[in-house]
Amino acid sequence: MAFAAFATTTGPGEELQRRRSPIALLLLLPGILYLALFFLTPLVSLVLTSLQVPSATGEPGVYDPAFKWENYVTVINDYLPHILRSFGYALIATVLALAFSYPLAYFIGVKARPWPLLQSLMLVLVIAPFFISFLLRTLAWKQLLSDESFVITTLKALSVMPPDAHFTGTPVAVIFGLTYNFIPFMTLPLYTTLERLDVRYLEAGSDLYASPLQVFRKVTIPLSMPGIVAGTLLTFIPAAGDYVNASRSFLGGSDTQMIGNVIEANFLVLENYPAAAALSIILMSVILVIVTIYIRRAGTEELL
Amino acid sequence: MKFSLGKWLLPVYAVLALTFLMIPIIYTFIFSFNDSLKSNITWRGFTLDKWLNVCKVQGGAVCEAFGNSLIIGAVATVAATVMGTMIAIAIVRYKFKFRSATSLLLFLPMATPEVVLGAGLAAQFLSVGVPKDMTTIILAHTMFCISFVVVTVKARVASLDPALEEAGRDLYGSPSQVFMRITFPLLLPGILAAALLSFALSFDDFIITNFNSGSVTTFPKYIYISASRGIPAEANVIASAVFLIALVVVVTTQVSAAARAKRLAKLG
Repeated sequence: MAFAAFATTTGPGEELQRRRSPIALLLLLPGILYLALFFLTPLVSLVLTSLQVPSATGEPGVYDPAFKWENYVTVINDYLPHILRSFGYALIATVLALAFSYPLAYFIGVKARPWPLLQSLMLVLVIAPFFISFLLRTLAWKQLLSDESFVITTLKALSVMPPDAHFTGTPVAVIFGLTYNFIPFMTLPLYTTLERLDVRYLEAGSDLYASPLQVFRKVTIPLSMPGIVAGTLLTFIPAAGDYVNASRSFLGGSDTQMIGNVIEANFLVLENYPAAAALSIILMSVILVIVTIYIRRAGTEELL
Repeated sequence: MKFSLGKWLLPVYAVLALTFLMIPIIYTFIFSFNDSLKSNITWRGFTLDKWLNVCKVQGGAVCEAFGNSLIIGAVATVAATVMGTMIAIAIVRYKFKFRSATSLLLFLPMATPEVVLGAGLAAQFLSVGVPKDMTTIILAHTMFCISFVVVTVKARVASLDPALEEAGRDLYGSPSQVFMRITFPLLLPGILAAALLSFALSFDDFIITNFNSGSVTTFPKYIYISASRGIPAEANVIASAVFLIALVVVVTTQVSAAARAKRLAKLG
């Protein structure tokens, strides 16, 4: 699964058995060429497109090759709130998903160890949302939390929410949707590291008179760091680029539009390809910088 | 006695958390039985009609989108699984130059937001002048599935004892015989897991598809387009049916894996 990507380690002695052979090249060639053609060159196309200028003929949706770096300045001026909002929403959703998932993953991976069947049943429930359409899940929340819904009318009757307030269409709803949709990406890698956690370390901690909280902070958390790093990345990256939750027909409103929404609108509706491409390059660069710094700071370089 | 509260807190939380995760799934399932008209928002009574006549609504638009998703998922899965498995074998078993560059090339697609992958491919198809249709969707899906296949199969290849293949060669098995009779059957569970993952990723993908589909509609794209004017209950029927099938597949593989582990443990 996706999370395994961040948690692969080379087994001892594996290196010794590797042979040099022309077969290796034959095995690698199709897949590597494919990725070069459909992953790397599109990134180059994006950079080239981001520097284009409107066609001299003035035809809409047609652009001439150029090196207009000011395109980047223009999109940052136009869309800075969207860019900041994307990373802000993604950050909050990641923290919320971590807070939600850690106790759950801890229970499945550590406390439920004596009952393997219960463990696998609970894991199936964690990944169950993957089996139903991402968009329908989000729309289900939209209906369940609409102004006329039971939850919202009850909250209003109890004066928890002001009578004229809405849930859908607000930043809270978008962050809620992002959190819900990426929880499995957080829980699974946390589970894989916590499942291998040696509980004798925890016992050693309490034998040395550490309080349960100290054991958690000084032993459990550091030992589960690989899972925390993998889970937060697997949540943050797709959340920052998502545009379904923030879309107006889903949980968002006009003031919740994220960078994904403006990339989609510029590319598919306005046919402003240079703007969409420049925004994509900005999104990808910021994410790569954040990921690199984060992995270095967390001391988990070996995960790559 | 001090720990009695702590003892119950975590299990109760786990049950509540899992229930929370199930809410939209249960909602979607229940509303597949709604006797709804055009849109499926308010409950109008129970009916089996939508399950029995899934393809009748909107001239079969839902089923056509679903069929497209199945075709795209199947072709992309086969292509990605073949190429990904080959790479996984090469990475674990062979020495080659540019090893870290290869790992980076496999890691990057998983660390790139889907909207960037989608826009990048669309920009490339645009500049080359390729019209968007089923083929461009399949090309896009194959691309993002390869890395996930490599990761899944790699773990299986790493756990495979090379002595088994050596034994095959010692017994005068030709390289193709050794591969077909020993390597491939032992890798099969990993390859199947990778294929299932690819299919699931492809089937539920919307963001990359939206950029590279032109006028072709897949099941997620159908939902996105219909979201503003109301989604017919038939879409819930298809999503619920897919959910139930996936659940059966996963539970069966889990149970059979557990049974296998038990048998092996008994053998000692």
